[in-house]
Amino acid sequence: MANKLINQMGLPKSIANVFAARNITTAKEALSLTEFELMEVLDVSLADVTSAIARISEITCPPYQTALTLMEQRVQKEHMGGHLPTRLKGLDNALCGGIPFGVLTELVGPAGIGKTQLCLKLALLASLPTAYGGLGGRVIYIDVESKFSSKRMIEMGSKSFPDVFHTKGMAQEMAGRILVLQPASLSEFTKSLQQLKISLLQNQVKLLIIDSMAALISGEYGQGPARQHLLGWHISSIKSLAEFSRIPVVVTNQVRSQTRDEACQYSFQGQSREKAVEDHTGYDSHLVAALGIHWAHAVTIRLVLDSKSGKRFIKLAKSPISPPLAFPFNITSSGISLLNDDGIELTGPEINSIHCQGHSDIINFDGERFQ
Amino acid sequence: MEVGRLPISASQRGKLISAGYTTLASLSSLSPSDLARDLKIPESEALEILKVASHDCRLDQPDKSNGIFTGAQTAWEMLHEEQSFPRITTSCADLDNILGGGINCKEVTEIGGVPGIGKTQLGIQLAVNVQIPVDFGGLGGKAVYIDTEGSFMVERALQIAEASVVDMSHYNELLRKELRTCQVEIQPTDILKNIFYFRICSYTEQIALINHLDKFILEHNDVKIVIIDSVTFHFRQDFEDLALRTRLLGGMALKLMNLANKYNLAVVIFNQVTTKHKEGSFQLSLALGDSWSHCCTNRVILYWNGDERNAHIDKSPSLKSASAPFSVTRKGIRNTASNHKRIKLM
Repeated sequence: MANKLINQMGLPKSIANVFAARNITTAKEALSLTEFELMEVLDVSLADVTSAIARISEITCPPYQTALTLMEQRVQKEHMGGHLPTRLKGLDNALCGGIPFGVLTELVGPAGIGKTQLCLKLALLASLPTAYGGLGGRVIYIDVESKFSSKRMIEMGSKSFPDVFHTKGMAQEMAGRILVLQPASLSEFTKSLQQLKISLLQNQVKLLIIDSMAALISGEYGQGPARQHLLGWHISSIKSLAEFSRIPVVVTNQVRSQTRDEACQYSFQGQSREKAVEDHTGYDSHLVAALGIHWAHAVTIRLVLDSKSGKRFIKLAKSPISPPLAFPFNITSSGISLLNDDGIELTGPEINSIHCQGHSDIINFDGERFQ
Repeated sequence: MEVGRLPISASQRGKLISAGYTTLASLSSLSPSDLARDLKIPESEALEILKVASHDCRLDQPDKSNGIFTGAQTAWEMLHEEQSFPRITTSCADLDNILGGGINCKEVTEIGGVPGIGKTQLGIQLAVNVQIPVDFGGLGGKAVYIDTEGSFMVERALQIAEASVVDMSHYNELLRKELRTCQVEIQPTDILKNIFYFRICSYTEQIALINHLDKFILEHNDVKIVIIDSVTFHFRQDFEDLALRTRLLGGMALKLMNLANKYNLAVVIFNQVTTKHKEGSFQLSLALGDSWSHCCTNRVILYWNGDERNAHIDKSPSLKSASAPFSVTRKGIRNTASNHKRIKLM
C-alpha cells in the first residue's frame, strides 16, 4: 500500500494539486518528508500539511484485525488449522499440528544429516491427497544443489503410504504435482521468485521448499555489505510470499565453522564470561549456521538437525509456540522417523548449538568447500 | 528573524519579510485589514497569519497562572503522577523487580535480543497482561500489536491467554476465600478480542500507522500498550540513504513518545541485534545505530547467560543497571524454575 497514489486519497482538490505539481505522487514519497520539509516544498500552511499527512497516513495504514478474528479465520478457512503435519508425532504435537502456513521454517544442519530427506518427505506430504491427510496441492521445490531425487521420494512414499502408492497411477499423479526448479544462479532464482508470486495462488501451490538458501547466496557473493543488502531483499520477498499466499515455506541452511573473533556477547557482559567462551571453543560447538544473525531474525521456526555421540537429533531451536525440545531420529527407507515422541527438553543455548560427532568425515568435506 | 520560525507557508513568509515585518512585536499591534493591504493578500489569509503569530507570542511569554511556563509540571507533581500509574507486569517476578514493578506507562521501552531469546513471546505476554482487570492489580486495558515481521502466532497468544486466566482464578481462590464476589469473568477469547493486530509490510506503512495511531487510540481509548515487533525489520532492508533512515526513525520515536505521554500508555519496541566492531573485537549490540539508541527512555537487552535467559537493563533514567533471569514456558514468560522454588519456600 506504500505506493498508493495521493491524488486518489480524497484530499481537498487544492492540496492534491499542489502535491501533484511538486511531483510527490505516492504515499511513500510524502511520508519520507517531515512536516516542515513538506511545508517548504509545497508552500502551504502547517494546518494544511498536518491534515494532509493525517489523511494520507489513514489511507496508507493497513486495517486492523483483532487476534480473535485472526484465529477464527485461520481455523475456518484453512485445512488442518493452517499446518502441514510432518507425520512425526512428537514434532507435530510440539508445533501445534505441524509446519505452520504463512511463515518461514528453517532447517539447519551439517551436510548429510538429513535436511534434504526431510524436505523430500514434506514435499510428499503436501502432494498427498487430502483424503489421506495431505494437502493435495502442488509443491514447488527449488533445488539449488541438485540433490533432489525422485527415486528416493517415491521409495519413501511407497514405504510410508503403501495403500496410496499401490493404487495405479497415483505415484505418477503425485510426483507430477511436484515441480522441481534448479536455478543456475541467483539472478535466475530471483526471476523465478517474481514469477512465482503471481502463479502461486492460481496453481494450487501448497508448499514452497528452497534447498538450500545458503548455497544460493554464498555461491555468488562474498561477505560484506553487498551480501547483507541482497539477503535483506530476499528475506522480505520470501516472507511476503509466504504471508500473502498463506503457504508453508521451508528453507534449508548450511553450517560453517565459527571464526574465533565471532561475537556472542554484549559489551556489558564484560570479562567474567570470557573464560566460559574459551572453554566452549575447545568443545565441539564450533559450527554455526551459514547465514548469520540477520537471517536468523527473519525465520519464525528454526529446526536444528545435528548428531551427538552417534545419535541424530532434531531440535526445535526457535519457535514461538513450543518449548525447546530435542527428538532423537534416524533415517529409514521410509524417510525420517523419530525414535521417541516425548522429546528431551533442553535448557539454555544448547538448543542452538550444532554438533557433528560421528559425522566428522562428512563435515570436513563441507568445511573445506566453505573456506 | 522571528517570523522565520512561524509555521506559515514560504510565500507568506517571503511577503512578510519583504514588507518589513521581521519581528513578532511588529505584528502584534496590527489589524488584519492593515496587514492584508500591506502584503496584498486576502483579509482571511492575513487573519490566519496574525492568529499564528499571536499564538507563538503567547508561548514565549511567561504565564502567571501556572508556574513559569505553560505546560510545565513541577517535579513534585510528576512524582505523584508516576506513583499513581500501575505498571504492566511481565509475569516474571524477577523481571518485574528490576523494572521497578513492570513496564511503565508514559514511557517508551526498547527490548532487544538475539533470535529465539523470546522477544515475540514477551510481546504477546505483555499484550495479554495489559488486560488483567483492575481488581487483580492490572490495567484492564487493550493492546495494539504492530507486527512487522509476521511472527505473531495466534495459537501462542491463545495459550498464554488461557494460562493467564487460570492464574487469575488461582489468585482469586488464594486471596479472596471469604470474598466470593469477585469472580474471574474474563475468557481467553475476550483477551484475544482486545488485541488489535496490525500487519505492516513496508516502512511507509509503518510510518503511516504511527501517524494514524493518534486517531486510532482516540477511538479506542482504553488502549494501554502499543507493541511494535520489531521496529527494525523494514528499516534494515530497503535503505540506501542512511541519513533519511535516521531522520525517519527519529521522527517516529518522537511521535511514539508523544503518544505515550498523551494517552498514558506504554510503548514497547522490539529491536534486533547486529554485530559491531568495537575495541578490536566483535560484539553484539542492538541494531539501527547510535542515534537510535538515544530515542528510547528505557532499553532492556535479553541475552543468554550460560543456560539461563537473562534480561539486563542497559539504559534507564530511573532504574539501576541490573540483570534478572527469566524463562519461557508453555504458559508464557515466567520465573526460572530454581527461583520459583525459592519464592515458594519463603
